[in-house]
This record gives sequence, structure tokens and C-alpha cells, in this order.
Amino acid sequence: MVISNKPGVREPEGETILHDLVAKSGFQQVESIRAGKYLRVKVVAPDPASAKRLVEKMCNELRIFNPAAHSCEVSIGRVPVQ
Amino acid sequence: MRVAVIRFPGSNCDLDMMAALRTIKGIEPVLVWHEDGGLGGSDYGAVILPGGFSFADRLRAGAIAANSPAMARVKRLAERGVPVLGVCNGFQILVESGLLPGALLRNSTLRFVCEWTHVRVENTRTPFTSGLREGQVLSMPIAHGEGRFFLQHAELARLEKEGLVAFRYCDASGRPTAGSNPTGTLHNIAGVCNAEGNVVGLMPHPERAAEALLSILGRPDGSLVLSSLMVRSEGRWGA
Repeated sequence: MVISNKPGVREPEGETILHDLVAKSGFQQVESIRAGKYLRVKVVAPDPASAKRLVEKMCNELRIFNPAAHSCEVSIGRVPVQ
Repeated sequence: MRVAVIRFPGSNCDLDMMAALRTIKGIEPVLVWHEDGGLGGSDYGAVILPGGFSFADRLRAGAIAANSPAMARVKRLAERGVPVLGVCNGFQILVESGLLPGALLRNSTLRFVCEWTHVRVENTRTPFTSGLREGQVLSMPIAHGEGRFFLQHAELARLEKEGLVAFRYCDASGRPTAGSNPTGTLHNIAGVCNAEGNVVGLMPHPERAAEALLSILGRPDGSLVLSSLMVRSEGRWGA
């Protein structure tokens, strides 16, 4: 899952990467950079949809993100059973 | 009045807070480990969440402590009107637990800011500001990397309209200027309270400014915040 500041909430790390590294290095086409937090979660679930529901429930109940300022995107991939 | 000071793994202002509280007549501070059942009793007149780096600020400052056993009990006490104060990391914990609105984001400078600040008292209807005057300017230090208070525009407007901003960074004469805003915090907000007024959070450290000798201006301003607990006023908290 990716936790990032909502649109409109300033994100100074991404701004610094953009202004002081990327734009100064000739990549003028890059318009915006937003840093965030990335959590890779491995769950056991019968199918991708229920895995996603479980992770979303966990995010909301434990406030893995702060809804006042953050959005949280959950995406799902399969991991082979070991 | 017995006052619980809750210690989390990573708290580092707990003993300073205990020492500052001991200087106030009528207050008996008790250090409580966050996993202890001790908070279950209702004989605490107030609860204080001290500063520090609970759980090493992992995930986000205050986010893990917000789910600790102590916070479930603090929520029940807060609902009963017991005064609750969060200082610095304690404020972050209150915000992350939902007891106070908003978020405390990384400072706009991306730097840990450690300096003395002036803050203006905006709301005297709380148990931690009842001994102060509205507009009074206090000198207290800050020391944090995540103190940029944020709320979406409409909610921020409501917070302001309802008078729930408790403290605002300002210059020495009490003006909340851009230059006196150390972290990029919205509307120069240094502290807020809940609608009932009994839960207060602020980023500056009253316990580090509780004795004249420790203060850069030689004024024990922080002590006035803590000793407000002993002042009766017209606030709605408690019975």
C-alpha cells in the first residue's frame, strides 16, 4: 500500500526532490513529485479481492494512514505459496 | 489531584514533566507505564501524554502509541470529561488516536526544529489554559520534526470558528506572523483542543519552561499551563 498526502496537502520531500535534483538536472518535463510511504504486506487469503478487503480493513481500523491528511492506495499481487 | 503521566517506549520528556508537576501545589504526579492497568481507576484528576519518540516514530509520529492499551483507557477518561494534555509527541498521539482533529505532518523545512518560540493563548476555556489570559504571550521551546498542523480547508475554518485553537505561534508582541511560524503549520497553530475543551494538545514544551532558571527569558511560563489544572473556571470539563 502507498500512503501519501492528499492532493492540496504540501509534501516538502517531493518538492525538494523536484526542485533541487530533478529540475536542476535537465528533466524539465517532470511537473510534480510526491513522496509517500510504502508498505508491502503479505497476507494469506483465498483470493485477491478478500486480501484487499482485509488490508483495507486493517488500514482503517488501525489508522495506518491519517484520513485528515493522507490517502491510502492498496494494490494486490499474488505471491507463490512457499 | 493525582495526575497520570503516561510513559511509552521512547517517551523522553516523562521525567521532566513529573518534575515540573511536582513544583505545583496540589498536584501529585504518578508515572504510568502504557501497558499497566493502573489507568483503569477513576481517581486521576488528569492525564498527561509527555513528549518523546514513542515507538521510535515508526509508521508516523504517535501512530503506534495511539493504539496502545493506555490510549483505550485515556479515551474513556476523556469521554467522562477528565482533562487530558498531550505535549509534542503526546499531541501527535492525541491526533493519531482521533481524540483531537487533524494531522501533524513533517515540518515544511523537512528539518527537526529545536528553538524557543512565542505562543499566544487563544482559548482560556480549557483546564490547561484557565489560569492564562486570552492573548497572553508565553515563551516555550519546541523540539520536533513533525509539527505542521493540517486540516482540510472547511474543517480548519470550523475549528477556527468554534474557537478550538488553543495556542498560536506569534512574535514577541503577540502577532502570528509568517516569520514566527517555525514549521509551516497552518494558521500558525501550535495547539488545539476538542469541542468539550477537556482534551488539549500542543507542540511547545511547558515542562521545559516550567522554571525561570530553564527559560531563555527567565520566565516560568510553562508552569502557568500546568498549574491551570488547579484553577477553577467556567470550562465545561469535569463535574
